[in-house]
Amino acid sequence: MPKYLLLKHYRGGPEPHHPFPPMDQWAPEDVEAHMAFLRNVSAMLEESGEYVDGQALTPERTWVRYGGPGAAPVTTDGPHPETSDLIAGWYMVDVESRERALEIAAHVSSEPGPGGEPLYEWIDVREVMSGAPAED
Amino acid sequence: MVDEPVRSLDEGALRALVPRVLAGLVRRGEDFDAAEDALQEALLEALRVWPEHPPHDPRAWLTTVAMRRLVDARRSEAARQRREETTHAEPPPGPAEEGDDTLVLLFCCCHPDLAPASQVALTLRAVGGLTTREIADAFYVPEATMAQRISRAKRTLRGRRLDQPGDLAVVLRVLYLIYTAGHTDRVDLAGEAIRLARQLTLATQEPEARGLLALMLLNHARLPARLDAEGRIVTLDRQDRSLWDTRQIAEGVRVLQSALAMQTDERPPGRYQVEAAIAALHDDAASAGETDWPQILAWYDDLVALTEDPVREDPAAVLGRAVAVGHVLGAAAGLRETDRLRDVLGERHRWHAVRGHLHELAGDLPAAATAYAEAARRATNVAERDHLVRQAARARADRATGSLTARRTRPTWSRPRP
Repeated sequence: MPKYLLLKHYRGGPEPHHPFPPMDQWAPEDVEAHMAFLRNVSAMLEESGEYVDGQALTPERTWVRYGGPGAAPVTTDGPHPETSDLIAGWYMVDVESRERALEIAAHVSSEPGPGGEPLYEWIDVREVMSGAPAED
Repeated sequence: MVDEPVRSLDEGALRALVPRVLAGLVRRGEDFDAAEDALQEALLEALRVWPEHPPHDPRAWLTTVAMRRLVDARRSEAARQRREETTHAEPPPGPAEEGDDTLVLLFCCCHPDLAPASQVALTLRAVGGLTTREIADAFYVPEATMAQRISRAKRTLRGRRLDQPGDLAVVLRVLYLIYTAGHTDRVDLAGEAIRLARQLTLATQEPEARGLLALMLLNHARLPARLDAEGRIVTLDRQDRSLWDTRQIAEGVRVLQSALAMQTDERPPGRYQVEAAIAALHDDAASAGETDWPQILAWYDDLVALTEDPVREDPAAVLGRAVAVGHVLGAAAGLRETDRLRDVLGERHRWHAVRGHLHELAGDLPAAATAYAEAARRATNVAERDHLVRQAARARADRATGSLTARRTRPTWSRPRP
């Protein structure tokens, strides 16, 4: 079965469906509903036997590269232009088909936001390359 | 078929034998690395043989089989190197003091040359008797990664003299690391750390070892109240105190008192005892409002006095003290205390979270909401991040619904101190 990475972004991606404030500015009951929804996604995927992994990333980012022989690594930790992509976390799922991966991603995207309205958040769906060579 | 005999063995008893047998081998001068491998093989053999032929003396059995493996390993090593080596004629295992064994092993596993992650892994494996798989699960890494970490650690120890007393302070730190690594569904690391600390207190009179055990017990007692049914963090002031484990609290207090009884003018209580005393005061309060903050502040004064430059060397203690200052002398004074830490902790979520708490005490909900949001942005743990987002949203909502709610969160106990 193919594996897919369903990426959530802090920023980047297509034009948002609609603007919304950061979560700490939502009504407390909307925050609760949102978090309960996400807990439920993981539970649902475990239940269906499709869950592989789910992780969240902190928003801090450092770019690093080799500094050359004998030199310290070169790092830059911002500031970055607001338009650059910033991944917030992911689900990895092991599913029957690409259609199923898209279906799960669309469900994640329906997560409730302010006023309980769906966020319509863009989810970045990427197929994981298989480790084994394809059979002829 | 395979599971049945394994279940019939008393796994706890088998695990308890691991450190004793291993320590016995190390005491005889066996290499820690080789001895550990040999013992693992002996344990596998035990699982196979014991259900049919239970040994009279399991410890002696394991020691004998492990010794045989060691001799075999040495023989084949010798053969490979094409040189003669006399076979070790080993005396039968003699009685050894259990406490000493634990200490010998802990000094091995917490050798200062090892990185903390390796010390933790090796301690759980060699003293705790956990399998590599269990340790890997506890730290969410692949089993192969953990196996490699353990074998690298054992290689590092190869050729070191391990029969000398080691650094007890490192041992205590490693046990506390294990405790704070928390617990997963599968492996209760906090419980394991308590078990190891209890063994340690049997092996040494050192009051700080008891201080550490007391600290763990007094914090662990609150575990059942720390998360709600949905896995959400419940802060100390909102916990249902009837869920606290009073038996653990009583034991913690007893252990702490026995440690404090050993103090002298030259030897004031160390940091674990002081932190345990603070935990005991929290545990002792029937409600958050009845917390004896002045006493807690006094202990924090002792804690920060343990280092020359507490802001640099022990900022966590200074931050904890700032909370106590906020509760005793008022939120503004507490916030001033946190200002001193801005350079050291200003990028850590806990600093912002404490300031959020102090702003809330002062009734300044907009500032509290901002501080909680800043804290959430810097959190490195999902449960804490979610908790801080909730705190921020709640503070903002309370502000929006008016001063009535704000007044409720204002300290009612901020009485003037004599």
